[in-house]
Order: sequence, then structure tokens, then C-alpha cells
Amino acid sequence: MMTFELDYASDEEQAEHTPLERVLRTNRAARHVTSEPTKEYSLETQWMIAVRDQRDKDAYLQLFDHFAPRLKGYLMKSGMSDAQAEDIVQDAMLSVWRKAHLFDPHRAAVSSWVYQIAKNRQIDVIRKERRPVPEELRQPEETDEDASQIVGLEQELGKLRDALQTLSPDQRQMIEHAYLGELSHKDIQEKTGLPLGTIKSRIRLGLTRLRHELKGLNRS
Amino acid sequence: MTSIAHHIPDHLLQAYVAGSLNYSMDMVIAAHVSMCDECRSRLAAHECAGGAVLEETRSVGVSGSMRANVLEALDAPCSTRAPRRASGVFPAPVMEALSGQPPKWQKMGAGVRQSVLHADKAGSVRLLYIPGGQAVPDHGHHGLELTLVLQGAFADEGGRFGVGDVEVADDSVEHTPIAEMGPACICLAATEGSLKFNALIPRLLQPFLRI
Repeated sequence: MMTFELDYASDEEQAEHTPLERVLRTNRAARHVTSEPTKEYSLETQWMIAVRDQRDKDAYLQLFDHFAPRLKGYLMKSGMSDAQAEDIVQDAMLSVWRKAHLFDPHRAAVSSWVYQIAKNRQIDVIRKERRPVPEELRQPEETDEDASQIVGLEQELGKLRDALQTLSPDQRQMIEHAYLGELSHKDIQEKTGLPLGTIKSRIRLGLTRLRHELKGLNRS
Repeated sequence: MTSIAHHIPDHLLQAYVAGSLNYSMDMVIAAHVSMCDECRSRLAAHECAGGAVLEETRSVGVSGSMRANVLEALDAPCSTRAPRRASGVFPAPVMEALSGQPPKWQKMGAGVRQSVLHADKAGSVRLLYIPGGQAVPDHGHHGLELTLVLQGAFADEGGRFGVGDVEVADDSVEHTPIAEMGPACICLAATEGSLKFNALIPRLLQPFLRI
């Protein structure tokens, strides 16, 4: 049987690096952290924006080392073998690089974006066909960031994570089961529920903003 | 986009995000979300919860060789096809299932037509074309059933369903949808369970189907 206890992953449990690589990474990470315009965002968001806008491979490595081991843990928890999980992590992390232009921090956290990319890939592999997904919205190539919107969404996510940690072990396990894909829609209806209303409203604002920008682009 | 009155219920959005539905239900939900910013936002909120669970998941170290493969592949040319866009009344996920071609309609009598997009053991999903004033055929009613309107409208005991609206029914609901007078009603309909209704047996089923 699988177990579902929540563990707080340490960043040490990651792929090995050469000493030189480690030094490089540390220096480069420091540069990202201090980069002026985005320092109020989480590290993950800063890395993702650098990947999206500058095709920054150092930032990508940071993202890889943060998310790949968690994804692998997640996939193995949902019953996949080590090899299957590695294949999906590989495909999903490559998609993070290739689809970076679609990342919009006004309406998604990096973790939610990566989660969905990996989930879709996992389902494609299990079903051996491509899962129907909603039409991707076009992202304008040039867009001003609304930092307050991005920070606002990140703050709501922080509250959500806090809420997850204050749940009873049973409730928390149920939420994990649900997002691992182990509950039927009927069970979900009866047993789970998280306060997502404020997050939804934030994302809705981000979406309205994007629609507005796209409209402006079409007009010009 | 603002006139959508009937949305995807929250537990189905959550189940979609978690990947616990089947291909057919995924199709209707993906199609509705493509048309509805409200549900797109709710879906994304569930993705945030999924992401939060991911963040709290215990890490398992990945192999150095896989990491090296990924880094090497970053510069490799990538030949993935651009996803299909919506065309006419058909949202992008439907165009994807149609491989960009117009639907191949199959006549079912009384002007009603269907085009099965996908059928497997878990469920089936099809396009239905119902002339104004005609009853929507009962497409094999056991378990969950989702019907999304792409053109025209229908009405039944559950209310009026126009473009973008989705009706959620299960076997406990007895409903008789009728297409509104005017342009034909085109729906995307998904049902759970094996395909009950196909070209070989419609004659036998017609009394049940009210067509």
C-alpha cells in the first residue's frame, strides 16, 4: 500500500552536482535573487520569468532542481514505477522550457503550472493518447507586469499552503488523494473541499487583464 | 462569453484537474473551459491546490543521466505541432479530436445527426445535430452525462441551455431536452459507460429515443 503522509522536502535531496556547477549555480542564483524589478516575487516565479523572457538556463536549472524531485515523488506516490516517473518528469520538465512563453504569473503559480503539465503528461502516457485540454490563451509578446497582481496571487497561495498544514491528518490525506487523482468525482463531491474562492477571484482578475491586453493588440 | 448560465460543477473541475475523469468527460470540460473564463479561473484555482500538494510532496532524487538528458535537449530543435484553434462553433479540443476536419455526420432519422468523436470502455463523446423543435436523442443514459451547447439552444426540466451552457445529468434525472425553434442545435455530449448507441441498433432503440 502507498502511504500519504506529508513530508517537507529538503532541497538537499536532489540530483548530484559537480562542485564547479554548484559554485556557478550559487553565484547565479544570487544574481537572480537580487535582480531589481522582480525581487518581491517568489524565487520560483523569478526563475520562471527569466526562463520565459531570457531563456536563462541557470534559472531553468534552479527550477529543475526544485520541481523534478518533487514531481518524481508525486508520481511514485500515485503508483508509478521509478522508471515511469522519471520518463514523465523528463517530458514535463522539457515542456516547462518549451512552453515557457505561455506562462502568465498573473493567473498561475509556477507550482500549479508545473503540476498541470506533469498531470497532463501522466494521463497521456496512461491512456496512450492525448488528453483533451482547454485552448491555450495567447500571451502577448510584450506585456507590462502588474506586480501587485502577481504578489497578490502568491500571497493567496501562501495562505492556501498554510490552510493545508492546519488541516487534520485525515482531511489533509483526503486532499492529497483527490489531487493525486485517486478519488472518483463522486467521492470528491462528498469528501473534499478547500477554500479556493479568493484565489479564483485573483486569477479571474489576471484573466480579465489578459483579455484586455489581447483586445488592445488586435486593435492596433 | 458573459451569457453562460450553466457551468461545470466544482467537483468535476477538481476531478478534471486531478485527472480522475475519462477522456469523454475531459473533452466536454476542456471545451466548456475554452468558452468560459469563469470556469477557466475556477479550474486554475484547483491547479493551485494541486501545485500546493506538489510542493508538500516528499522529493525523490532524480537520476543524473535524466537531468543531463533534459539539459542537452534544451537546445535541440523541437518539432511539436501547434495546437489547433477553435473553428466555427467548434472549440479547440473538439477541433483537435476532429483532426481539423469538419465532422462526419451520421444520420439518425428525423433530421438528427451524430458524429462520435471517441468511444471506449469508460465512456463516449459525440457531436449531436438536432433540428429546431426536435427532441435530443437519449444517448445511453447510465452514470454521468454532460451536454454542452455549441450552437442554438435546448430546453428541458433543468432549464434553458444556450451556447456555452453545460447540462449535468445522471441516471437519477429523467429529462427530455427539446431543441429550440430556429437554427439547429449542435451539442457536445459525453456519457459514462460503454457505447450503448451505435449505427447497428438505432432501429431497436428508437422507441426509447423519441426520434
